[in-house]
Amino acid sequence: MHFVAFVCKDFFTEKQMPRELWKGNEAIAEAAVRAGLEAYFGYPITPQTEILEYLSRRMPELGRAFVQAESELGAINMVYGAACTGVRVMSTSSSPGVSLMMEGISYIAGTEIPAVLVNVMRGGPGLGNIAPSQGDYNQAVHGGGHGDYQPIVLAPASVQEAIDLMVLSFDLAEKYRTICMVILDGCVGQIMEPAQMPEMRPIQRANWDWATDGKMGKRQRRILTSIYLDPVQEEKLNLRLLLRWKTIQQNEVRYKEYFLDDAEFVIVGFGTAGRVALSAVRTARQQGIKVGLLRPITVSPFPHQVIEQLVGHIRGFLVTEMNAGQMLEDVRLSVKGRVPIEFYGRMGGMVPLPDEILSEIQRMAAGPLSIEANPREEWFERMMARN
Amino acid sequence: MVTAAVNNLVFKRPVGFTDTPTTYCPGCTHGVAHRLVAEVLEEMGIIEKTIGVAPVGCAVFAYNYFDTDFVEAAHGRAPAMATGIKRVLPDRIVFTYQGDGDLASIGMGEIVHAAARGENLTVIFINNANFGMTGGQMAPTTLPGMKTTSSPNGRDVETQGYPIRMAEMLATLDGVGYVVRRSLHDPKNIRLAKKAIRLAFETQVRGLGFSMVELLSTCPTNWGMTPVESLKFVEEHMVPAFPLGDYKVTAGVAQIKV
Repeated sequence: MHFVAFVCKDFFTEKQMPRELWKGNEAIAEAAVRAGLEAYFGYPITPQTEILEYLSRRMPELGRAFVQAESELGAINMVYGAACTGVRVMSTSSSPGVSLMMEGISYIAGTEIPAVLVNVMRGGPGLGNIAPSQGDYNQAVHGGGHGDYQPIVLAPASVQEAIDLMVLSFDLAEKYRTICMVILDGCVGQIMEPAQMPEMRPIQRANWDWATDGKMGKRQRRILTSIYLDPVQEEKLNLRLLLRWKTIQQNEVRYKEYFLDDAEFVIVGFGTAGRVALSAVRTARQQGIKVGLLRPITVSPFPHQVIEQLVGHIRGFLVTEMNAGQMLEDVRLSVKGRVPIEFYGRMGGMVPLPDEILSEIQRMAAGPLSIEANPREEWFERMMARN
Repeated sequence: MVTAAVNNLVFKRPVGFTDTPTTYCPGCTHGVAHRLVAEVLEEMGIIEKTIGVAPVGCAVFAYNYFDTDFVEAAHGRAPAMATGIKRVLPDRIVFTYQGDGDLASIGMGEIVHAAARGENLTVIFINNANFGMTGGQMAPTTLPGMKTTSSPNGRDVETQGYPIRMAEMLATLDGVGYVVRRSLHDPKNIRLAKKAIRLAFETQVRGLGFSMVELLSTCPTNWGMTPVESLKFVEEHMVPAFPLGDYKVTAGVAQIKV
């Protein structure tokens, strides 16, 4: 299969242009504005509220649309309406609010229109807490709304990466007429880091051949809907979505790799978990352990082929997440039982410390790993023994 | 469409309609309501810049019948979707067409807040006292004692609550420019309904705030009545429960001559 994957630049090590200090959430808001955001609809929820607050000032200043909706349900349906007109539109929320948006997300997917969403994930399930989490991986990557659809999901690990991915998310959403979701944990949303903003892009209303922006005496009427009462037509829509997804899988995989050239062990982690793992990898390297890190940027489409290519060269994977092993299942799908996989996760708003991941690396490097072992079960037993 | 040279044309399909047979039951007043909207859009010359938002319910295929751009909302969410459209395209005319299950039950939050924000939208609200499309279940507007497929012994207000009067409720909100209730049970009331629909769209054109026309309508199929009986039912039972009238007409709207 034809396959293009982008190895992204290293935001942690490369020398950069002069930068400003930005808070993650505010940086996301400003990056969206500079990418041409014409309308924002949102609802307050910690830890993403700064995005809403920032845009409540910024959007009117630029003469663009801002509405604080009555609920996330209202917000996503305002996004749905505005997206139908072909403008760049976004909503942002955090885990419980994103759950409420799932109805609209499925409708947007079924209507084949572009929209950008941000989930600043917090501890769950339920009301949970407001601490950083990656517990919504499955919801984001494997759907969440009803029916068959797959959104593009991007996972930044720093403020700079969040800025860059926000700009990319609008381009990808429009290119494929799809939902593009940026998932970050509360940590990236709340952290302040030096970062560089892109130039302000002028608003350019593309003359889409699908947008319902009024006939205006120029064309036949258009309808945007997600209802196909005839199952034959609905199946055709599903096939169309799958075909589009195949193209996305072939062309839009993005990831970041660290120390993979001579790695005997590879950690797979996204977002903050991947970033914490990098610290552990550096320390382990100093101790002579040949360990590398693969940090998926697109968790959907998942970099299956990249893992596939590593399988023949390494002795084992360690998947680390701030959840109970959700991405782990995708790694297992790529590895197909050919090399051992270990898992280390923290949940409920707990963020793993570099030392915790380091001791996992040390354990993996010292002990023989079993291919047959279920990484989730083994991790669970260790967690229970610890508590 | 058959076109023939006529000297004295007294009745024609409104320009705002497509040449599509509707899926509505015989005797249902959805067709009348559709026609009134299409005629108003034609008379005001705003078809080209109108974008409709269809509901979930019997009018789910409204987008097939109007010759304007149309989007199809999730159940109850039409006012939110319309808000999104209107906020990015304020010079377009945006209207929703919603039934009572859609607007007064699942979509209560969306309609109240669209009205409270004073969104410059026009809402055509069809109140036929039941969920038509799913087979005549009880709606928030079902009359006390009225039998439906989910209140087979008649709506018991002790356990199933009381009807909601949407026009009166929304009239309390400052963002509303025009909200009235009309009925479609006879020609006189149909003419009054058309005038109200015209005023609602004029309210939007002038940017005078949220506008809604509630239309008492029939559902012969689910009510188990003939079309004539159902018109009588509206007159004798629904009008007393949902009094016709102007619930809010702001000073600016009152000055509009149509």
